[in-house]
Amino acid sequence: MSEGTEGHLLDRGVRAIAHAVRSGEATAVNVLEEALGRIHEQDRSLHCFNLLTEEAALAAAVRVDDSVARGVDPGPLAGVPVALKDNLCTQGIETTCSSRILQGWRPPYDATVVSRLRQAGAIAVGKTNLDEFAMGSSTENSAFGPTYNPWDLTRVPGGSSGGSAAAVAAGFVATSLGSDTGGSIRQPASLCGVVGIKPTYGLVSRYGLIAFASSLDQIGTFAVEVGDAAAALEVIAGHDPADSTSLGQPAPSLLEGLYDGVDGLRVGLISDFLADVAESCSKAADDAGEALARAGAKVEQVSIPEMLLGLPAYYIIAPAEASSNLARYDGVRYGLRVDGPDVETMNARTRAEGFGAEVRRRVMIGTYALSSGYYDAYYGQAQKARTLLIRAFEAAYERFDVLLAPTTPSAAFRLGAKTANPIEMYLSDLCTIPSNLSGHPAVSVPFALDLDGLPIGVQVLAPALGEAVMLRVGAALEAAASPSVRGPARVRRAGGEAVPGE
Amino acid sequence: MAASVELISLEEVRHVAKLARLELTDGEIATLQGELSALLDHVDKVRRLDTADIPPTAHPLPLENVLRPDEVRPCLDREIVLAAAPAVESDRFLVPSILGDSP
Amino acid sequence: MSETAYETVIGLEVHCELSTATKLFCSCANQFGSEPNTNICPVCLGLPGSLPVLNRRAVELAMRIGEALSCRIEPSIFHRKNYFYPDMPKDYQISQYDAPINVDGHLELPDGSRVGIVRAHIEEDTGKTTHVGGGGGRIHGASYALVDYNRAGVPLVEIVSAPDISSAAQARAYVTELRAIVVAAGASDGRMEEGSLRVDANVSVRPVGSTEYGTRCEVKNLNSLRSLVRAIEHEAERQIALVSAGEAVAQETRHFDESTGLTHSLRSKEEAYDYRYFPEPDLVPVVPDEELLAAARAGLGVMPAERRRRLAELVGSDGTVEQIQTVIELDLDGLVLAAVAAGADARLTLARTANEAAARAEGARSLDPGRFAALLEMEAAGKLSATQAKTVLAEMIDSGGEPAEIAARLGFGAMASSEIDALVDALIAAHPAEWERYRAGDPKVAQFLMGQVMRETKGRANPKVVTAALEARKG
Repeated sequence: MSEGTEGHLLDRGVRAIAHAVRSGEATAVNVLEEALGRIHEQDRSLHCFNLLTEEAALAAAVRVDDSVARGVDPGPLAGVPVALKDNLCTQGIETTCSSRILQGWRPPYDATVVSRLRQAGAIAVGKTNLDEFAMGSSTENSAFGPTYNPWDLTRVPGGSSGGSAAAVAAGFVATSLGSDTGGSIRQPASLCGVVGIKPTYGLVSRYGLIAFASSLDQIGTFAVEVGDAAAALEVIAGHDPADSTSLGQPAPSLLEGLYDGVDGLRVGLISDFLADVAESCSKAADDAGEALARAGAKVEQVSIPEMLLGLPAYYIIAPAEASSNLARYDGVRYGLRVDGPDVETMNARTRAEGFGAEVRRRVMIGTYALSSGYYDAYYGQAQKARTLLIRAFEAAYERFDVLLAPTTPSAAFRLGAKTANPIEMYLSDLCTIPSNLSGHPAVSVPFALDLDGLPIGVQVLAPALGEAVMLRVGAALEAAASPSVRGPARVRRAGGEAVPGE
Repeated sequence: MAASVELISLEEVRHVAKLARLELTDGEIATLQGELSALLDHVDKVRRLDTADIPPTAHPLPLENVLRPDEVRPCLDREIVLAAAPAVESDRFLVPSILGDSP
Repeated sequence: MSETAYETVIGLEVHCELSTATKLFCSCANQFGSEPNTNICPVCLGLPGSLPVLNRRAVELAMRIGEALSCRIEPSIFHRKNYFYPDMPKDYQISQYDAPINVDGHLELPDGSRVGIVRAHIEEDTGKTTHVGGGGGRIHGASYALVDYNRAGVPLVEIVSAPDISSAAQARAYVTELRAIVVAAGASDGRMEEGSLRVDANVSVRPVGSTEYGTRCEVKNLNSLRSLVRAIEHEAERQIALVSAGEAVAQETRHFDESTGLTHSLRSKEEAYDYRYFPEPDLVPVVPDEELLAAARAGLGVMPAERRRRLAELVGSDGTVEQIQTVIELDLDGLVLAAVAAGADARLTLARTANEAAARAEGARSLDPGRFAALLEMEAAGKLSATQAKTVLAEMIDSGGEPAEIAARLGFGAMASSEIDALVDALIAAHPAEWERYRAGDPKVAQFLMGQVMRETKGRANPKVVTAALEARKG
């Protein structure tokens, strides 16, 4: 296990690995063995993975190396180890959503993104832990135990894609897939000091993503660098006839012009969150704005008060859609069944036992918000608030090319710090939720460390299908970020601090 | 944290649990009453918004008429599907007796 | 106190399975009678992560039904109708709620009355549940159930009538006509016995002349037209009995029991079910664009009302309504039109088709209209008697052949008028008393005399010729 500042090829990122494997400089098998070695050594402390798929990964790596040897194109992500959030269907491989109700369930089909990664030559090493059914901001709602933040094992990695974020932060894989419904990629990215992209709604197929809130869910990518997260996103993006909400246009190029800089770009720093977040986070956003200005962008503060409608609207819409999406878990066709004298009782017992407390809470509030007499007051109003927010975004994008904001209200908090009060946990999503409601893309880029030495990310938001400009600004932020926050956690620790697991 | 006036009654919580097919203990119902009330309080500003003439957004996408051709494609192997089922008889999914009729 | 007379108010909800090759939201075969759970995929099974994709043909056929029922075809969206039941793979049904594809149409019955169509929307079908144990497969007392999802996801159009129907007979006529329409439209095969056409009835009663509606009950499990009629009649009686006794009719869903002819309340119903409808986020709106409308209109076929009009134009409508209905129901109107076009008398053609050919409908559909016309002409010209013509027709349908050739072979053909004159003279001579009564105008004796001649000639004599001969000798 190399501990030099350069690290193993595995630490040089998606593009470097693919390039090396494709050219024959390195083998997929070698990269995979490095990844698996690290996982075996350290994941028992971190618990990023629910499941490892070593044999299949090895077979895939062998096939990649074989293709290269025969002069056959192994794909744009050849040999890149990747982890998949355990709410993505993987054929024949247990997919649980970190819930007891799906424990042991093996989907008979692959999610579209999973097939696309495989066709691109990426090597899936396992399924990562999440908050149960993607509901949560800390991965503490997993039925199989939390994931721990590689920067500090007493703290959460964020959620719901905590396992995927931590796996990249720990250097286990070069990239991972997560899903983002209210911030579940960006928030853990921020807390784990890695890049997390939520694309435009409809850019990436949801077929095979086990649904939480259908009009908000999107699959996205984690990586250490913006360009690597973009490279992985490019492979999974694009129209899918199996998803009726998948955009028809061809996916935009995400890497073109990535490093062209921000000269002349109009950046709006959203002021409405700054009072509600920790000082370190608002300072990071301010500093990020200044860095972009120094790089030639026109940066201005902008107030978009409708942003503050996001959280309450979300906590009606998301649970409402979830209550319907999770109705199918009834013990009839697959998953957990708790017996009862009649089917109604069987359903009710199965769901009460199979769902954790947070899931039950959201199913309850969602059912209530849709119920007779309350639909107009809650769900109906929330969908209208959504319209107001979208209009506000559209107005902002007349004046600005991108918007800037903190990603999270604080750096990683301690395990158990927010579990007593669900609402406190929900507030973690304050800055990320608006983009889910609008369907616009957003990326979190690690930018600074707080006084406890914990990473803080800054968010770049762009209009629909504005990924290219968004990532260009992200890359500029990355270049200006504090050096102490760059690179995977394990590599940064090589200079003397405790490596996770030791 | 407890709201001085609960925004949802115990009876309503029980009714919602029934709609959602969740068998909850009295203790869980009571806890949920508090939690749901707090959440309803938190989202109240949306309820109180003046939204006259504002259309709802069901979709962030401007798509229409996404259709597929009427052509048969291979389906799933029954054995694989039934293997995942908690109970099977005569190639069908077995469930305990159904009390109600289909609404 | 005078007794109040009550009238029945009926609205019908008819579900039609569309005859598409695949299901509504996935590419599994839409096929009746397959082995259980052999037409399923992640989508129609509602597996985690699956998503629906709308079948273009289903939309075209739904629009076609809308056209056939003179509806307005509108932009529409899908909604989720949320409820738990084992035959529902997702525990919600994708349907349409307040923005359905077809609205505000009507249907004309053969007797000329009109029933309004409120809406006709698209939705997916459920799987099929079989109850095992308990009393004879009935729901109550069953000890477990088995579910087959082959039917889950099959496309349905639900057609909701206005409460314009006022009797069980009219309800029957409505369903018959609606079935003929969807079949003519090529949208469904409309088979009640196979479940591709399902009817639920909403029945209420009110004092005659009242404009307010009484409480209505929904009656389900109507598997045939006969059940529909019996159920409505029983339910109306039941409600009238309650209301006359001053009691209230409870709003509920009732199940029709074929063996007893009664409806009974379904145990679980305490209140209207809360479906928590909300717009389906996994699907996007359907807009009736030029392409879809053109595909809907092409292949619409000729509607039953139009077919009736065409025949009525030929034969006039007095006294022919039932014959016209029979001929159309048996798909023999084409034969009538073609025979008339070949020169046959319209009313005679209609009568022979509705009365005689109808008994051999299947063969009659391939009867050569030219030959049929030739036969009818022979009868009209008096060359064959009615009885003879019917016999020839039967043979033509059963075994084919030319009418002239068959008639000759059977020894049919007009009798020489001299033969008839001779017979009539002999008859008069043999029955002088009866002859006197005939001359006096006794109609019964005319029948007797005719009968004698027919018996003598074994039906060969043309009654018109015989009558003419008798009249001529009256003096």
